[in-house]
Amino acid sequence: MSKTDVTRRGVIKTGAVAGAGLAVPTIFTASSAAAYTNEPTGGEVTLGFNVPQTGPYADEENDELLAQQLAVEHLNGEGDGGCLNTFTSKALKGNGILGKKVTFVTGDTQTKSDAARASAKSMIEKDGAVMINGGSSSGVAIAVQGLCQDAGVIFMAGLTHSNDTTGKDKKANGFRHFFNAYMSAAALAPILEKELGADRRAYHLTADYTWGWSQQESIAAATEAMGWETVNNVLTPLASTDFSSYIAPVLNSGADVLILNHYGGNMVNSLTNAIQFGMMEKVVNNKDFKIVVPLYSELMAAGAGENIKGVFGSMNYNWQLDNEGSKQFVKSFGEKYGKPPSNSAQTCYAQTLLYADACERAGTFNPCGVAEALEGFEFDGLGNGKTLYRADDHQCFKDVLVVKGADNPTNAYDTLEIVEVTPVEQVTYAPDHPMFAGGALGTCNPGA
Amino acid sequence: MDSFLLQILNGLDKGSAYALIALGLTLIFGTLGVVNFAHGALFMIGAFCAVTLQRILSLSYTVEDPTQKDFLGNPLKVQTPYVESWFGPNVGGAIIDWAVPLAILLAIPVMVLLGLAMERGLIKHFYKRPHADQILVTFGLAIVLQEIIKYYFGANPIQTPAPDALSGVANLGAVIGMDLVYPIWRIVYFCFAALIIFGVFAFLQFTTFGMVVRAGMADRETVGLLGINIDRRFAIMFGVAAAVAGLAGVMYGPINPPNYHMGMDFLVLSFVVVVVGGMGSLPGAVLAGFILGILESFASTTWATTTIPGINQIIIYLVAIIVLLTRPRGLMGRKGVMED
Amino acid sequence: MFGLDKKDTTLLLVVAALTMLAPFLLNPFPTESGMAQFNAGYPDLMQKFVIFGIFAIGFNILFGLTGYLSFGHAAFLGVGSYAAVWIFKLFTYNVFPAILLSVIVAALFSLLIGFVSLRRSGIYFSILTLAFPQMSFALAYSVLSNPKFNLTNGETGLQVYADDPQRFHREGLPDLPHLFGLSMRSTHTMEIGAWSFDFNVGYYLCAIVMLVTFYLSVRIFRSPFGMMLRAVKSNQQRMNYTGLNTRPYTLAAFVISGMYAGLAGGLLAAMDPLAGAERMQWTASGEVVLMTILGGAGTLIGPILGAGFIKYFENIFSKINDNVLHQWFSFMPDGIEDFMVFIVHPFVGKGWHLTLGILFMLVVIFLPGGLVDGGQRIGRWLRSRGQKEDKTTGTTEPAE
Repeated sequence: MSKTDVTRRGVIKTGAVAGAGLAVPTIFTASSAAAYTNEPTGGEVTLGFNVPQTGPYADEENDELLAQQLAVEHLNGEGDGGCLNTFTSKALKGNGILGKKVTFVTGDTQTKSDAARASAKSMIEKDGAVMINGGSSSGVAIAVQGLCQDAGVIFMAGLTHSNDTTGKDKKANGFRHFFNAYMSAAALAPILEKELGADRRAYHLTADYTWGWSQQESIAAATEAMGWETVNNVLTPLASTDFSSYIAPVLNSGADVLILNHYGGNMVNSLTNAIQFGMMEKVVNNKDFKIVVPLYSELMAAGAGENIKGVFGSMNYNWQLDNEGSKQFVKSFGEKYGKPPSNSAQTCYAQTLLYADACERAGTFNPCGVAEALEGFEFDGLGNGKTLYRADDHQCFKDVLVVKGADNPTNAYDTLEIVEVTPVEQVTYAPDHPMFAGGALGTCNPGA
Repeated sequence: MDSFLLQILNGLDKGSAYALIALGLTLIFGTLGVVNFAHGALFMIGAFCAVTLQRILSLSYTVEDPTQKDFLGNPLKVQTPYVESWFGPNVGGAIIDWAVPLAILLAIPVMVLLGLAMERGLIKHFYKRPHADQILVTFGLAIVLQEIIKYYFGANPIQTPAPDALSGVANLGAVIGMDLVYPIWRIVYFCFAALIIFGVFAFLQFTTFGMVVRAGMADRETVGLLGINIDRRFAIMFGVAAAVAGLAGVMYGPINPPNYHMGMDFLVLSFVVVVVGGMGSLPGAVLAGFILGILESFASTTWATTTIPGINQIIIYLVAIIVLLTRPRGLMGRKGVMED
Repeated sequence: MFGLDKKDTTLLLVVAALTMLAPFLLNPFPTESGMAQFNAGYPDLMQKFVIFGIFAIGFNILFGLTGYLSFGHAAFLGVGSYAAVWIFKLFTYNVFPAILLSVIVAALFSLLIGFVSLRRSGIYFSILTLAFPQMSFALAYSVLSNPKFNLTNGETGLQVYADDPQRFHREGLPDLPHLFGLSMRSTHTMEIGAWSFDFNVGYYLCAIVMLVTFYLSVRIFRSPFGMMLRAVKSNQQRMNYTGLNTRPYTLAAFVISGMYAGLAGGLLAAMDPLAGAERMQWTASGEVVLMTILGGAGTLIGPILGAGFIKYFENIFSKINDNVLHQWFSFMPDGIEDFMVFIVHPFVGKGWHLTLGILFMLVVIFLPGGLVDGGQRIGRWLRSRGQKEDKTTGTTEPAE
């Protein structure tokens, strides 16, 4: 791309009383004092946590925010230090980032692109945030990622599962810790083959928007490759609350697996409806009827209650994961908040620490320096096991969990059990994979 | 054929909820002439009556069981509901199991009182105000009610399962020699809705109170001149309308788990239903509810969506537009109601 | 001046002064102080204030004058945004053609919807207009973004990609929306002591556009056409009986207000080149209804106040979290501090909807004429304080 940004303009200082050198950050323009957007000049550095405080994902937000606060505490050397003890990079010392105390601002995305951008902008323009983290949907993540690229701050995407985030919409200033639809499919397929057999007939119900399509495409490709037949794929409107009219035709379709490419409220309702129609007790083609929910989250599992028993799915992280980083994180989070962390909580916690660590290693908050430090960075000890941030597309590569609704949960927190930890090699793909084609990372933008 | 019948059933089921909410809305329009945007919120609160009762019945005392460990390695805290300890695990368990139907008993007084409080405390002052003001104030109230629920119950949906005896599926087709399985609770919901609708009509048709209310709906002033306190009766009708919405909500819980936002999801749809049925017409509201429910079900079939992509998302609105353009006052509307 | 009478000229000048000095007025607190939380003078929010002001002014021409309550105006805002972003994608980042096209597209769209919807009145009209944005939203979110025919880019929102043609884009022009080379995002920050004020090009473009549209709306209000629309509001039947066909007038009002919405949509895209389907949801239409009524329907300045009020809440109150609360109350003893945080907590941050809902109700209940009514009452009260014998009762006439 040869277009250049000529928005550079010097800041004209007015008034002799202006605090010398105390250039208050401005967005999208260079100030003579700052080398990049929102260069922290005082003793503090501000991070922006942009989460859905209102709307259907508000509870997810709550967990993300708790984790982000915990991360800030640990960065500032309060609490038990959490994953700073297990993190393989030892750059962080618990004295903030680069000696500056970490503070944060929060905002409400409302799970709407417009509101999310408005909120992120106010963090950047008004509060001087150098990094934005959070979010609970791919649409929002992509919208905010684009904004951060233009503004010249780092975006650590929260919960976003669409291939596009690090596919056709990837951006140099954005990094994703969460896994994606392709990885879900790649991790699930072998387990489904092992547990359900190689000659199944699958019926897809798919949320009718970009993420749903992207996931359906990935799952269909992976399951067809191992011999499954896709009987039908029905698109359901996002606004649906009652799925009975989509579920009923499944009964007579000859399918013996139902795949619900839904998330959040959609998934809770479609799964509840499917169970209502007695799907789990059905026997079709001499096989037990099964339901698969490719993307799980703890909150959805809680919302769906008993209905998730025996339902397969995949996750980015689960607190029952047995490694040092995970144990340490669960301990810190659990002791502080009295419940185990959810996978979105872990994502935001890890991202906050990673960002801080990258700043330390780069020796600057400059997004270009930070991005360089994150690109190709390999680490362990934040809960997911060995992890790589790939330089080509800023997607993170790590083991993916295949989980199942537990048959006999003992408490509210172990309703999901880990079936398999799919090793990272199985879910790795080439950066130019067709599902991720198009779009370009571009170059990092320091905003000044 | 099977799938055709199934979609009819689905339509009737969806239609039950639409019809009940629209019925309540129309009762309020017809009597008080008020556009109640908080009606969806009343439906939602009804559903949360069930959630609340379920929570109350499951109130538990905690015993630490040292043989089991929780996720942090501390002794597991075992929760036993008081109800189970009082009545023994069998009876107590059954009571908890039947929380949703029992919640009807809780919802009726709660909803009637809430309705009366709303009417006396707020709506009363808005009779003479423009419809826009009524919409705004009730919309504000809807937001407040919804946020209060969210504050206490969170934004995540909460499962309110049907009693074991009424969950699962029944084979409806057995009688006519077909394989037609349908969830029992959805059948219960439909019957329940039919019962309520029948009850409301019977109340209006066969009781003196209902007769006066109907007379008041037709000509409020004359009835007032006869020395009847029509305002008080209309206020009670508001309570009845709230109870209808609330009951629709209570029983809806097992179909789809309630969340704080469910009222808003139904609000727009139920207004469309009311308008398609014809403003102020009770039979119209019920009829339109079922028709739109059935049309929506059929629009969701693969056949429909492949013929016209996206038809399932817009069918309701499309029908509303067509009906309003061909029948100016909806299916059964009267002249001069809400046209200014 | 400009063909306005003295009172309207004063009003116009006041609005002009307020918008031009907004960067100062909205940032009354020093940057480092605890009260800085309440500052609203940063580019994005200032832009939103005036853009939604335009939207509400336009809506008021329809609703305030004719009394037709439309729930469809979000659709016009949405198509305006999409049109503008398509110009960015295909031709140039220059905002001038983009805004022009967004107004034209919105006009055509509103002509179509208005023609259909205005065949009915009252709540039937409202529901008809509600149906259109809901359908537009549903289709834009899913069907119209399928890979074969991607008009809206669905969930993600329509945005400009590096490989878009941008036929007239030249080397040396900003890689962001600009007006003949002047980037919408350039901001000049002025610092005076502890205060800092942002002067943003995009904001001033929007502000000037808003002043023009405000002027136009004043002229419409005072014109014979405006009188005709008011007559429709007060008694349409009588108008019809006199043999006058009112529909062309109402349709004209509908289209004009649709164009205002399209203009607002185009400006939104110009400030931030992304168009999302959520802009067309009925709740977005509802928002402009709330803005207008809250500010004072049928008054000239009311809608602008209402727009500012709601956007302020959305952006400022939602950002107050417990940490901020603890900072505020930190001067108090520990126990009381926690108690205060506990009391305030439900109303801010994630609870901002609750506060907004309560305020709606309070305004509607006690100020039937909206915020303008409130202002007038205060004005009257101040004036009548000197002359106690003047016992005017509190009856208020609805603001026009």
